[in-house]
Amino acid sequence: MSAQAAITATEMMTVAASRLLRNGDVCFVGIGLPSAAANLARLTHAPGVVLIYESGPIGAKPDVLPLSIGDGSLAETADTVVSTSEIFRYWLQGGRVTVGFLSAAQIDRFANINTTVIGDYAHPEVRLPGAGGAPEIAACAGKVILVLRQTARSFVERVDFITSVGHLDGGDARKRLGLTGQGPAAVVTDLCLMTPDPVTKELIVTHLHRGVSPEKVRAATGWKIRFAEAVEETPHPSTWELDTLRQLQRRTALAHGRPAEA
Amino acid sequence: MAELTSLRAAVGSLVRDGDVVAMEGFTHLIPFAAGHELIRQGRKNLALVRMTPDLIYDQMIGAGCARKLVFSWGGNPGVGSLHRLRDAVEHGWPGALELEEHGHGDLSNAYVAGASNLPFAVLRAYAGSDLPRHSDAIRFIECPFTGERLAAVPAVRPDVTVIHAQKADKKGNVLLWGILGVQKEAVLAARQSIVTVEEVVDELEAWPNACILPHWTVSAVCRVPGGAHPSYAHGYYGRDNMFYQAWEAISRDRESFQYWLKRHILDTEDFEEFKRVLQEGMAKEVG
Repeated sequence: MSAQAAITATEMMTVAASRLLRNGDVCFVGIGLPSAAANLARLTHAPGVVLIYESGPIGAKPDVLPLSIGDGSLAETADTVVSTSEIFRYWLQGGRVTVGFLSAAQIDRFANINTTVIGDYAHPEVRLPGAGGAPEIAACAGKVILVLRQTARSFVERVDFITSVGHLDGGDARKRLGLTGQGPAAVVTDLCLMTPDPVTKELIVTHLHRGVSPEKVRAATGWKIRFAEAVEETPHPSTWELDTLRQLQRRTALAHGRPAEA
Repeated sequence: MAELTSLRAAVGSLVRDGDVVAMEGFTHLIPFAAGHELIRQGRKNLALVRMTPDLIYDQMIGAGCARKLVFSWGGNPGVGSLHRLRDAVEHGWPGALELEEHGHGDLSNAYVAGASNLPFAVLRAYAGSDLPRHSDAIRFIECPFTGERLAAVPAVRPDVTVIHAQKADKKGNVLLWGILGVQKEAVLAARQSIVTVEEVVDELEAWPNACILPHWTVSAVCRVPGGAHPSYAHGYYGRDNMFYQAWEAISRDRESFQYWLKRHILDTEDFEEFKRVLQEGMAKEVG
């Protein structure tokens, strides 16, 4: 497969998310889509990015994407491996993490994150896996980048349950809560890129991926989504980015019997 | 003082119905063989504590061992849902399951508090989250020095902690390496502990800073090679990702789960026989 093959929406999302990581970043990586994007950044424009996984590896450089957050490849390629309590205490809460890279089952217009339940907490329609490390990452990481597929079910006016706080009800809510991190700075989906309004903190579409119309984004959003005055096209993936991602996914599929991000 | 004994004897003498039991191992070194033995011996009404319930607690919840689950992330890693956990929460099958939810930073440090003989752990999280509104086990306190509002969570103090490790020596000193999770903290937080190991050796030959549990901190050490399968044991065997994927179909409905449980755990003598039955089944499917 080469860059000539059509780019999938997932590839577009992964590349767009990867570009938000910089060489000097220390990134606390969630499993799945964030892990694919973070490792793509490491393998392309940000070889110096430090990847931290909640199971304990610091400076992990896995050759294939881990299927789970505690795969042996993370420990083998890390600069060091510490206990889980230490990861959260010294490294995250200690203020050493510049970016938290997370996904979610549901987010709302202020980028609050739900990974707990759909429906009522006591009698849920769907019981989701729960918090993981996200409440602490959302509180303490320098900033948060969210990566998830966009549908009207996953992008809702108000999440059913705030597992991990984004910008709560907007404005200076985070500051009033005494949170040390800046919270969600970008949301990358398979359709577009959103960033919070500097004042209201409501998510605003700033970039549309190639071929995606504003109507398509509106249809996949559960609130009346706003667009920036001058919406740009997301820079298209380069051959280098796409080849690197596809090689990574191919190695991963060989190792696990299927792509890890699926 | 660690006693080198069989897993059956250790579970028989150390775990009681109704106990608070923590079985730790973060993706790595999950004590599956011990989980099976608790099911075989019919333990009931356990309050199960584990950061990531994983397949081990999905099996125990589906088998009816648990009344309560204390956890921070309850999915099948890289695959999807834990269907037995979801069935218990959503439909009360095979019995009602009380949930106490935390985040990883919170629960991992609740073990540290337990090991430190402190009543609670303190952390900077949960401001703005709905989790404290649905849990008595997450509260807020004011720092007596700065006035900052911080989250507090009760220490975890298990009656019994169970872990799997790579090696023990003949005295019962235990060595583990790779991804360490919270196993050391969980053992030191508990009143009693069981450690299953891949092998028992004459000398551990460990570095001075290696993660070691001295024999006098462990109640029982049991040699159970492969006892972490389908999770992995660094330096011994890899994670059986195919099994994690197969669990999706096995656990999705009650009948197929019960059939699997009877054939692989209830009708087998021990983990050795479990491994034989599992291999026969896999061979048939592949063939």
